[in-house]
Amino acid sequence: MKQKRSWSFFTSGYLILVLLFIYLPILYLILFSFNDSKSMISFSGFSLRWYESLFTNRSMLQSIWTTVEVAVIATVVSTVIGTVAAIGLSKARRILRTIVLEVNNLPVLNPDIVTAIGLMLLFLSLKVRRSIVTLTLAHISFCIPYVILSILPKLRQLDDNVAEAAMDLGANPFQALTKVILPQIAPAIFSGALIAFSMSFDDFVISYFTAGMDVQNISMYVYSMKRFNPAVNALSALIVVAVAFILILANLVPYLKDKKNKKEE
Amino acid sequence: MKSFVRMSYPYILWIGIFVVAPMIMILLYAFTRGGNSTLTIHFTLENFGRFFSDPDFMRVLWTSLRIAFITTVVCILIGYPAALFIANLPERRQTLMILLITLPMWINMLLKTYAWRGILLNFDDMSSEIKVFIGMVYDFLPYMIIQIHTAIAKLDRELLTASYDLGADKWKSFLKVTLPLSIPGIISGVTLVFLPAVSSFVIPKLLGGGNYVLIGTLIENYFLVAGDWNFGSAISLIMALIIIAAMYFTRKIDRAAEEE
Repeated sequence: MKQKRSWSFFTSGYLILVLLFIYLPILYLILFSFNDSKSMISFSGFSLRWYESLFTNRSMLQSIWTTVEVAVIATVVSTVIGTVAAIGLSKARRILRTIVLEVNNLPVLNPDIVTAIGLMLLFLSLKVRRSIVTLTLAHISFCIPYVILSILPKLRQLDDNVAEAAMDLGANPFQALTKVILPQIAPAIFSGALIAFSMSFDDFVISYFTAGMDVQNISMYVYSMKRFNPAVNALSALIVVAVAFILILANLVPYLKDKKNKKEE
Repeated sequence: MKSFVRMSYPYILWIGIFVVAPMIMILLYAFTRGGNSTLTIHFTLENFGRFFSDPDFMRVLWTSLRIAFITTVVCILIGYPAALFIANLPERRQTLMILLITLPMWINMLLKTYAWRGILLNFDDMSSEIKVFIGMVYDFLPYMIIQIHTAIAKLDRELLTASYDLGADKWKSFLKVTLPLSIPGIISGVTLVFLPAVSSFVIPKLLGGGNYVLIGTLIENYFLVAGDWNFGSAISLIMALIIIAAMYFTRKIDRAAEEE
């Protein structure tokens, strides 16, 4: 018995160490976002000066705005294209579906840098000036595969007969689509959109090669920074809080719904 | 229902332009010389010759493979016990642990690496290679843990009970039952760690300082600094081929393990 307890002590200790490792940089940057000196080594006192400097730093604010703008557009467009494509593919002949899915998987399996230079070469040889437009197109194109991969398995579980029955009862194909198919795959569309948003929001490599000189998202801004700027810590801390909030919400909502449903039963 | 198939046509056009065409462009640039116009394409292998005949490039390739390999091994060594211990927790705590491990994956990798830069400033005499290792293991460890955990959690508990009933002790049951059956998890973890690690150029740049060059850094330099797209394309093609070969071999190991 004693041996068993010391073993469970060991395993919990190990897991706590792993968690500490995973959260170390996050705790570190939150702590130093409140530091009142520029140092990243010694904490000299509490202050909000880096939050202040974040909100007065024009180029940093601009990069945040670019990131959000691109992520929102890329999420909406890739979710729409991806959903439509997934529905089409689920009804397509096997051979067509297999080929398209293989190509669809390329950007997922390829290293980012290969996707990035491919798109860069495409834009350059079409003589398209790299700008926020090419950046957004690139983001849409690497987000769609994830949307499709998240929706297609759900679609294939659906019973075709339900949509057929709707049409037998007088619904036109469009109604069958919006009233029968879409509501059933809504959760998968939502999680696809969430993945797309976070992929776009966090992307560095593909943006770096496709945005050109005049546009910067947050990652590019941090990468190109010449000197250490603790305002980045303030920005990161805010992002951590936002991400934690969204994830907790996303995990809590189904849980609460579940509870409510059980109560009603 | 057949009419729904047409809904996939716009996307087929889209991947033609944004997925297939870029890949063809890379191939085209890798096998041609710079400066020739589209009308007079000269195919050549000199980009590849240049890469393989230069010991400096070979050294960079070797360093990238070595770092990616060691990163993968360390991720397995740290991640496997973690995944195993998590799988042995009661179900609720298991969900919580997985949530805690996935949560930081949603936070921008550059910002986390930037924080590591701050932490590692405390260790002045640490070599840049060790710093790059720490950054890489940090970045990829969660993927490894999640993949292995998924494989172990799927395992049929009855198998372990049977193994105990047949007289095997804990350690032997682990070696004979859990470990072999979790190999597919390790394999998918390896593909999620080794492949991106080979091509990484952000972590070496931010944590390794300016003179720490990996193959991703080379590609970046030839595209964005030197402007030699032909040579840059050739390097990325070589890297892509190595990655495809690595994937092929891991799949083979996976299949061999399954047959056993």
